[in-house]
Amino acid sequence: MARYIGQRIIYMIITLFLIATISFVLMKLLPGSPLANANKLTEEQQEVIYEKYGLNDPIPVQYANYLGGLVQGDLGISFKYDNRSVSDILGDRIGPSAQLGIQALIIGTVLGILLGLVSAIYHNGITDYLSTIIAVLGTSIPSFVFAGLLQFFVAVKWGILPVATWNGFEYSILPTIALAIFPMATCARFMRTEMIEVLNEDYITTAKAKGLAGSAIIFKHGIRNALIPLITILGPLAVGLLTGTLVIEQIFSVPGIGEQFVTSVNTNDFPIIMGTTMFFAVVFIVMILIIDILYGLIDPRIRLSGKD
Amino acid sequence: MKKDNILEVDNLKVSFKTHSGEVQAVRGVSFDLKKGETLAIVGESGSGKSVTTKALMGLLPKPHGYIKEGSIMFDDKDITKLKDKNMQSIRGKELAMIFQDPMTSLNPTMKVGKQIMEGLLKHQKLGKEEAKKKAIELMNLVQIPNPEARMKQYPHQFSGGMRQRVVIAMALACNPRILIADEPTTALDVTIQAQILELMKDIQKKVETSIIFITHDLGVVANVADRVAVMYAGKIVEIGTVDEVFYNPKHPYTWGLLGSMPTLESDEEELFAIPGTPPDLIAPPKGDAFAARNKFALEIDFVEEPPMFKVSDTHYAATWLLHEDAPKIEPPESVKKRIESMDHSEEAKR
Repeated sequence: MARYIGQRIIYMIITLFLIATISFVLMKLLPGSPLANANKLTEEQQEVIYEKYGLNDPIPVQYANYLGGLVQGDLGISFKYDNRSVSDILGDRIGPSAQLGIQALIIGTVLGILLGLVSAIYHNGITDYLSTIIAVLGTSIPSFVFAGLLQFFVAVKWGILPVATWNGFEYSILPTIALAIFPMATCARFMRTEMIEVLNEDYITTAKAKGLAGSAIIFKHGIRNALIPLITILGPLAVGLLTGTLVIEQIFSVPGIGEQFVTSVNTNDFPIIMGTTMFFAVVFIVMILIIDILYGLIDPRIRLSGKD
Repeated sequence: MKKDNILEVDNLKVSFKTHSGEVQAVRGVSFDLKKGETLAIVGESGSGKSVTTKALMGLLPKPHGYIKEGSIMFDDKDITKLKDKNMQSIRGKELAMIFQDPMTSLNPTMKVGKQIMEGLLKHQKLGKEEAKKKAIELMNLVQIPNPEARMKQYPHQFSGGMRQRVVIAMALACNPRILIADEPTTALDVTIQAQILELMKDIQKKVETSIIFITHDLGVVANVADRVAVMYAGKIVEIGTVDEVFYNPKHPYTWGLLGSMPTLESDEEELFAIPGTPPDLIAPPKGDAFAARNKFALEIDFVEEPPMFKVSDTHYAATWLLHEDAPKIEPPESVKKRIESMDHSEEAKR
């Protein structure tokens, strides 16, 4: 197991290096200047600023400096917020984003799994149709539309929850819901199909033949087997959540990484864009590693040899 | 119920609702099972033998499969009338089942020991430690080597034959009074088949359970059964002791089955095959369902269904050929020869 994880970490480092390189190149290809009012500055003033941030160096040197910084965990200094390091800015903003992402992932998958289970068990009944409708709506309507509807009805019309900004737990409820709907709908659809399939397996008949009660059959023999394929889609779902936060944080003015990212793209704040990209990349890669480990925990057939 | 009967099935009819109509999979089956005996049910695929046993276990796929008529008496109770909750306390305890395909009938994500213990925990109210002990005993009984270690393994770490032993151990867990084996050797390769059959015979001697053995392999029947019921198109067409059905078969369908069984001696002629296919059970034919494939069919076979004619106290067959007015028809030569050769090989074995 240790050897496997070691191997995986080496691959992760290679992947990160490639991502860093590609995003660096793309960044250099971007048109526009990081200076907000470039036309109002004299050539000399611009030159001084470029010099300060190392933008006059030849591109290979910039690249080497950038990688060198990365290796030491230094993501550079923001262009816009004077003298603030990118890590510092990200550190300030990670809280709300992480809270939103984790809440949405947990609520989305748990509710989705339950909904799918209920549909599968009462398959072709009213509950099934209802949850299918929810699932179809959830996957086909984009999250920003939900966000708008939630803000309009729950916050503005009924005044139950705050419309936007970030000032405590109740402020996180609406954005979490808006963010959780897609993973919930996807999990529900997936779980329903898998569970119906599993309930038709021979080993379920075996369990019935032992005289087990319906609930024992579903919980002990059904769910675990139905979850195996579900884990596969958890990766893409988590990715979806990360990109989802970009939009949702903007709509609800949540001071998170996603909102910062969008602002930085608008102001050509290269170090922050690069830093955020690297941060997202690390989150993805770690997520994928966790999912692969989860697989082994749930499915004994792919548990790694050497330990068991 | 008669005194030494453990199970009495009377006029059992099972249907399935499908998009194209009601499939009458079992169309009035009656038989009884005595304490400690092995009854084999043989027939082609689709003859209703598996469905019959699923009905016995209360495992018909709901909601489209249902018992339309008839009764299954067990312990002086008609178990077709039981609620699922009450049936659960009989399933796995009094009636247990061994399935056809050991590759799919075990849960891939649960340890084998736990799967064996489940029935014990549910029906015998044993504590965990006791159940574990009992599970190890059962694994010894079905001759799985090194049971303590094997308990903690998953099904994918077992071979096909070993998995079937696990399935058998699971079925035997609560000392069932009736063991239903639904083609337990069909999915195994030939050498393993023989081992599993030996094991089952062995176990029957030790635990004294009655067995219903579903198979389409007549060789297996001769090996394990006391009595045989031959099913065709959802009905029993002939039933009797193994000797009666094998050496004095009366129904032309049984002749066909015997004639199509390959033997080591069959070097002389090509293998006999029953012509045609089984009838459509959405609209079963009038009269004898086998008539269309039967070269000995009488006119009445196409008009009226034959009742069960008595051959001896234990031997019955549903064919008009047994009617006193019917012409005397002997089984075809090739079938006779086959029966004789079986006789010889039996003698040779002794």
